[in-house]
Amino acid sequence: MNLTAIKSIYKFEMQRFFRTITQSLVSPVLSTSLYFVVFGAAIGSRIQEVEGVSYGAFIVPGLIMLSVMTQATSNASFGIYFPKFIGTIYELLSAPVNFLEITIGYVGAAATKALFIGLIILATAFIFVDIQIAHPIAMLAFLVTTCVSFALLGFIIGIWAGNFEQLQLIPLLIITPLVFLGGSFYSITMLPPIWQSITMFNPVVYLISGFRWAFFGTADVSIGLSLFAISLFMAICLTAIWWIFRTGWRIRQ
Amino acid sequence: MSSIVSVKNLRKAYAGGFEALKSVDLEIEEGEILALLGPNGAGKTTLISTICGITTATSGKIEVGGHDTVTDFRAARNLIGLVPQEINLEPFETVINTVRFSRGLFGKPQDDAYLEKVLDQLSLSDKKDAKIMMLSGGMKRRVLIAKALSHEPRVLFLDEPTAGVDVELRKDMWDVVAGLKANGVTIILTTHYIEEAEAIADRVGVISKGEILVVQDKAEMMAQMGKKQLRVDLSEPVGEVPAALAGYALERSEDGLSLTYSYDTRGERTGIRTLLNDLSEAGLKMVDLQTQQSSLEDIFVGMVKENV
Repeated sequence: MNLTAIKSIYKFEMQRFFRTITQSLVSPVLSTSLYFVVFGAAIGSRIQEVEGVSYGAFIVPGLIMLSVMTQATSNASFGIYFPKFIGTIYELLSAPVNFLEITIGYVGAAATKALFIGLIILATAFIFVDIQIAHPIAMLAFLVTTCVSFALLGFIIGIWAGNFEQLQLIPLLIITPLVFLGGSFYSITMLPPIWQSITMFNPVVYLISGFRWAFFGTADVSIGLSLFAISLFMAICLTAIWWIFRTGWRIRQ
Repeated sequence: MSSIVSVKNLRKAYAGGFEALKSVDLEIEEGEILALLGPNGAGKTTLISTICGITTATSGKIEVGGHDTVTDFRAARNLIGLVPQEINLEPFETVINTVRFSRGLFGKPQDDAYLEKVLDQLSLSDKKDAKIMMLSGGMKRRVLIAKALSHEPRVLFLDEPTAGVDVELRKDMWDVVAGLKANGVTIILTTHYIEEAEAIADRVGVISKGEILVVQDKAEMMAQMGKKQLRVDLSEPVGEVPAALAGYALERSEDGLSLTYSYDTRGERTGIRTLLNDLSEAGLKMVDLQTQQSSLEDIFVGMVKENV
């Protein structure tokens, strides 16, 4: 294992994050604050409690997940797409590193950035609403696992993308709708029965449900199912990445 | 001398069917400077990329320092530094950071003292903390070299290092290469400038259409290139070369109407003046004189024909 290489990639990627710290942090924090103002304070005050939790507090886990998933995906996809775009990928391909080391470096950095953002949004939430975290360790574990899984997905997108448009396409067309429709702002039980069944095909439902359980102790689906869903998602991404590096797909001619 | 890079039967065909390399064999000796000459599209970059691991070989075997580049890629790649043809650099990074990154990628512990020495050798010391986008083209090329040297490689591949570089920088680059050779680094560079090969290489390889036509000692090759021929056309045919002219090793044409003399332009005396004197003294009447120099291409084509 070339640990020095992993550290170098990680550090190099984190430097990019800190170089654009304002853009990296201010924009997600600002947009989340706006959600709190609009949904929490303005509209939320007219909505009755959801499963015994005030609406303002209820949307906190969903909002964090929304940001974390999109940030982890876009950070990781950009992180590996950029060297491909400017040509510096030659260095990765000719260095004594294997696919696992490259992946840990890039995905680790992207997940760290997303985790930072998630925690800052959580801190921001404390300013707006009164929330308690029922299972703090489980909450953190869910957060980290989600960051890593979506960073893995982003990494695959970054390798697949042939131009900047494609880089934005999947996050925009697939991830955002899945997250919005995955119960970020509502409980699945609020939907008509037919939509409840359809929603069960949305993998994000399980992640948000599990994360919300860590906060409030109640969930749409069982916590075991949530854990299974996130593990399965991660395993699929890892297999895809392993295959990509083995075949050299879109990287090595 | 032992081979540090050994390429055997290397073939590379792209998905579209284009055969970029056709059964290439190449042995590179430790400590030498090998120049690979060839026209655009000859396969120079493909050959280098395949040795370095950027492209995968269709078939064949490559060893660097005795390590197979596929099965033992870590040990093989640790020995290799690569300076690509295109200027591929992260524009927003500083020079020192990007060089540190390269060193780390090769698993070497951080050593800023060494990196600063490398930057100094490449006259980049004062640009250490500058962002890469602020540098000139020539400076960027030096940064690429600094990155390739950051992990102390034993074999350095330079892909067209002086393409589009001004004369002064080209000379600087040659000095850098000479300095590396003095430190025992083996250098392989591709170029299409014959003068460049002449200036710095120990051996010259010629590659064309995916095949290595010849790899030869530079001095031998230059000696061949330095040969020139003088043809003397005569008014009347001669039966055989007069005995008085035996020392010139003249070749008589079949019809006896011309004699050809080969000489070395780089010699102090070409012998032309005395030959012309001796010719008239021998009573031969000259009607015309022609000189001809074989081009590099002529030599290569001739060599390939001989090989077949």
